[in-house]
Amino acid sequence: MTLLEAILLTVITASTPLVIAAIGELVVERAGVVNLGVEGMMIMGAACGFAAAIMTGSTFIGVLAGVGAGVAMSLIFALLALGLAANQIASGLALTIFGLGLSGLVGASFIGAKREAMPKLDVPVLTDLPFVGPVVFGQDPFVYISVLLVVSVWWFLTRTRAGLVLRACGENHTSAHALGYRVLRIRLFAVMFGGGCAGLAGAYLSLAYTPFWSPGMTAGRGWIALAIVVFASWLPWRLLMGAYLFGGITILQLHAQGMGVRIPSQLLSALPYLVTIVALVVISRRRSGWNAAPGALGKPFSRDY
Amino acid sequence: MRLVIARRQDVPGWLKLVSPLYAIALTLLSGAAMFAALGVSPTTGLYTYFVSPLTDAWALQEVAVKATPLVLIAVGLSLCYLSDNWNIGAEGQLVIGAVFGAAVAVATHGAPNGPWVLPAMIVAGMVGGALFAMIPAILKTRFQANEILTSLMLVYVAELLLDWLVRGPWRDPHGFNFPQTVMFEPEAQMTRLMDVGRLNISAPLALLVVAVAAILLARTLKGFEIRVVGEAPRAARFAGWDPRTLTWTVFAISGALAGLAGVVEASGTLGQLQPNISPGYGFTAIIVAFLGRLNPIGCLAAAIFLAVTFIGGENAQIALRLPLDVTRVFQGMLLFYILACDAVIAFRFTIVRGDASGATA
Amino acid sequence: MDQAVGSAGSTPLVAMHAIVKTFGDLVANDCVDLDIREGETHALLGENGAGKSTLVKILYGLLQPTSGRILWRGAPVSLPDPKAARRLGIGMVFQHFSLFDAMTVAENIALALDDARAVNDVADRVVEVSRSYGLPLEPGREVWTLSVGERQRIEIVRCLMQNPRLLVLDEPTSVLTPQETGVLFETLGRIRAEGRSILYISHKLEEVRTLCERATILRHGKVIAACDPRTQTAAALARMMVGADVGAARKAAGALDGPVRLAVRGLSLPAPDDHGVALREVRLEVRAGEILGVAGVAGNGQGELFNALSGETPAPDAAAVVMDGVEVGRAGPNARRALGGAFVPEERLGHGTAPGMTLTDNAILTGHATHGLVRRGFIDRAAAQAFVDRIVAAFDVRKGARDPAARTLSGGNLQKFVVGREMLGDPGVLVVAQPTWGVDAGAAQIIRQALVDRALAGGAVVVISQDLDELFEIADRICVMFNGALSAPAPADGLSREAVGLLMGGHGESNARETQPCAS
Repeated sequence: MTLLEAILLTVITASTPLVIAAIGELVVERAGVVNLGVEGMMIMGAACGFAAAIMTGSTFIGVLAGVGAGVAMSLIFALLALGLAANQIASGLALTIFGLGLSGLVGASFIGAKREAMPKLDVPVLTDLPFVGPVVFGQDPFVYISVLLVVSVWWFLTRTRAGLVLRACGENHTSAHALGYRVLRIRLFAVMFGGGCAGLAGAYLSLAYTPFWSPGMTAGRGWIALAIVVFASWLPWRLLMGAYLFGGITILQLHAQGMGVRIPSQLLSALPYLVTIVALVVISRRRSGWNAAPGALGKPFSRDY
Repeated sequence: MRLVIARRQDVPGWLKLVSPLYAIALTLLSGAAMFAALGVSPTTGLYTYFVSPLTDAWALQEVAVKATPLVLIAVGLSLCYLSDNWNIGAEGQLVIGAVFGAAVAVATHGAPNGPWVLPAMIVAGMVGGALFAMIPAILKTRFQANEILTSLMLVYVAELLLDWLVRGPWRDPHGFNFPQTVMFEPEAQMTRLMDVGRLNISAPLALLVVAVAAILLARTLKGFEIRVVGEAPRAARFAGWDPRTLTWTVFAISGALAGLAGVVEASGTLGQLQPNISPGYGFTAIIVAFLGRLNPIGCLAAAIFLAVTFIGGENAQIALRLPLDVTRVFQGMLLFYILACDAVIAFRFTIVRGDASGATA
Repeated sequence: MDQAVGSAGSTPLVAMHAIVKTFGDLVANDCVDLDIREGETHALLGENGAGKSTLVKILYGLLQPTSGRILWRGAPVSLPDPKAARRLGIGMVFQHFSLFDAMTVAENIALALDDARAVNDVADRVVEVSRSYGLPLEPGREVWTLSVGERQRIEIVRCLMQNPRLLVLDEPTSVLTPQETGVLFETLGRIRAEGRSILYISHKLEEVRTLCERATILRHGKVIAACDPRTQTAAALARMMVGADVGAARKAAGALDGPVRLAVRGLSLPAPDDHGVALREVRLEVRAGEILGVAGVAGNGQGELFNALSGETPAPDAAAVVMDGVEVGRAGPNARRALGGAFVPEERLGHGTAPGMTLTDNAILTGHATHGLVRRGFIDRAAAQAFVDRIVAAFDVRKGARDPAARTLSGGNLQKFVVGREMLGDPGVLVVAQPTWGVDAGAAQIIRQALVDRALAGGAVVVISQDLDELFEIADRICVMFNGALSAPAPADGLSREAVGLLMGGHGESNARETQPCAS
């Protein structure tokens, strides 16, 4: 395996949780809701996924538990932000604080536990192809799932009627309501999808990426996923690009540290966060026209009583 | 008989006061359930968390020590949130404040110094926090970059900067390679108020900040401006106020107060810089601000309550072997319940007798 | 109540019986009966706040009645949601369009069709249907690039594509030019010729008299009368609607030779954002004693003009705006207020007032600049309360509590409060936008009279309004805003509505240009 292959492989694995968490949040935001609790849902996915996998010995059940934890967390958010029309920003923050704490409780007895990382795909002949083999045919299932998710979300949003309705709710919930669409129900499904994706991304971290549990192991990835959605101007394909860009920077700084570049390691570690800020600035400055944020983003909807 | 839910046009004042108390009550109930689930007697658990910190003088002092940075930051955040500026990077501003303050202490260490050192540290810390907070503010007004994300990203940057300083240039040469600075000279430490305990002059300083902020918000045109910008930004422009200038102002104030909290931690509580100087005060203060209804005096009460949970959490870790995360769970639940109660009081629930429902004559 | 006009014969297409709808303590509909026959054009008349919108929302399934029942061709039906209404054959054209700006025409129409068809098929059908009704539409255009008239076409076409038996139109002409209104009436004629029923909601009496065979009149949520509007005079209909005679504002034809108090000289401003309109070389002069009316279809730069006059958007050149001889182009709102300027924005809630704040707070909002409510940065609450009391007394503002939140006041009372707040200081220059939009007739009359009186007392008044009747009633001269440019003002006497209408549509010979607003 060449160095380039190795770098590319690690970039892909580092980007995958960002892709999964961000594509979920993209759907949530296209429906007109901002859920800032991605970090909290993600770390709960990581903790519950790992705990379930250790207890049952099944990676698959672990993944299911991670997704379930993310959905459960998103339901708390939905109750507040949709059911009670509470402030979405504060509700999302609460979810993150709560998730960071609760994941510590759930994971406390699993610190130090070890299990095998999820096996990577191994197709005879194909995986052995030079370069293309390991990069395209030698990944763990999550990587394929993440790409599949992006493609399906793109197809759903642009090619299906349900996707059209979801975008309509995000664009103008008053009009959508006037046409008879159940804005809150549609948003609930979107929020649950976002929660499931965040949980899945968390499960990926503790089951395939590291693979062990440590408190706070998401390390701000949930927040970066939120930034990627803005960076992508709410478009699935750009999101894929954005996530790989951020994953790439994370890996490059690791390699730079490993190669003993004479820059403080802390500066290199800060790079992904600094790049996020720069990317936000560049994108926000360039952003114009209607090709930007959904019209009703972050605005609570409530019916007349 | 059926339940009729109607949105209130005007929420009565007494409900706004009572709603945080409901939130606390619901948190305690959920906490009891959580203790039961963790195999701890709910009464013992709740007593350890919420009562034991109030039972002896030393613990009471510690409550004040923890409440001080919380209330300082929360007052600043309240100004931000009232004006619809979502600064959630107070933790980073705290760290930078501590770094700026410590720079004075480290530079004057061992050199002839005098009583001017501590005030210089406080000023430096506040300036540092304010400058650091201005970054998301300017990115917001100049480039429309989302301040929630930028201010949060800067927290990680600030923590890594602190980490580099205490492991690199500022490491105590006689500190056995521990990642920490020298212990500050006495002139560079907050004056203690009692012979025993860590209570220092920062506590009365925080009370002063609360009083000034309360007067600012309730009595002055500037405070009025802050409220109008958050409530109706177009009306604020109509009133002749520039929301951009206000964004800079509230970010600068809240950054300065977070920076002050950083100096308080470095110079008052620890006496040096370490890689972790705050147990998440910058984030907990968000909860304090909401529990205190974005009102400075409310923030004071809320800060004391949350400080109690910090001490309670430490007590529970020792006495009941419960992880410190329980404290965060409490804090997250509390914020949920505050938001829920505030949303629920916006509706009026009445039970109507008799009357048929639906479209029948 | 008796069926006033020939109730015998066939069963009505739809009959609403004893409809009651309450919102908390407010009774929006109080035992309302309404029936619409096959093929008839039926008017629902009433003032703002009479309960018309609530009633049609119930008919369209958007609201559930507290009690009462609905019969469709004699059979009781329940309408839990708009889909059910559409299935029966009820189509609705909303007053505030229910469109999605960032989406294409075809997507907007597909969203209102209940059979799941692909957007591409919808696009083909749109072209077909829109052509057959003389309502041309390009399915691929995004809505935000279209004019108001074109947006209304989308609403109508998407109703027609469902082949409705009953078409409900809520105040359809309030945003149209007279010419566009003519086109709409032709379309409605075609729809009626196909045997469809129309429920036409309006408070414009002449329209109702030309268009409708029957009318139901609502006042304070109750049916006051049902009649044939063609046999009634407009005055008689107005009396039924308002419950009293409505007078026009008294006005003496002032001699327009006073000094110029407000002058705008070649003001050009870039569009504030992608959906805004750039101001192009705007010129106007308003003399003491004069009311200048600015007509125009919504979204042609009126909001931008208001902001430029109030100082919310300062001009690059100080000489662009002159008040009483002082160049104030670069000054903000408070500097202009200090010079005797006062401004009433179109949006009462959110722009003119902070909705959740009390009247006292809202008095401070603009009063802080001129009424001595602030001393050394500290607010004098007692002075502010006294200021509120004077506004309330002078303009007959009805409020429940001592100091209620702005949003709890009715539209008319809040508007009286805002107008009063701005007028109590006897401003030399007064700029008002849509002063009687969504306001009941009584309040509207008080407000118009106050504007006329201000001019008579020597003030210079600019009234920006989409309501041509209002402008012709009170303005001395009228100009038209189109695509960010202002036509040369002409004396209101002797000016025809048709001429104004042409300018509103961009077909004038003056400096209005032949370009589409917001062209992409």
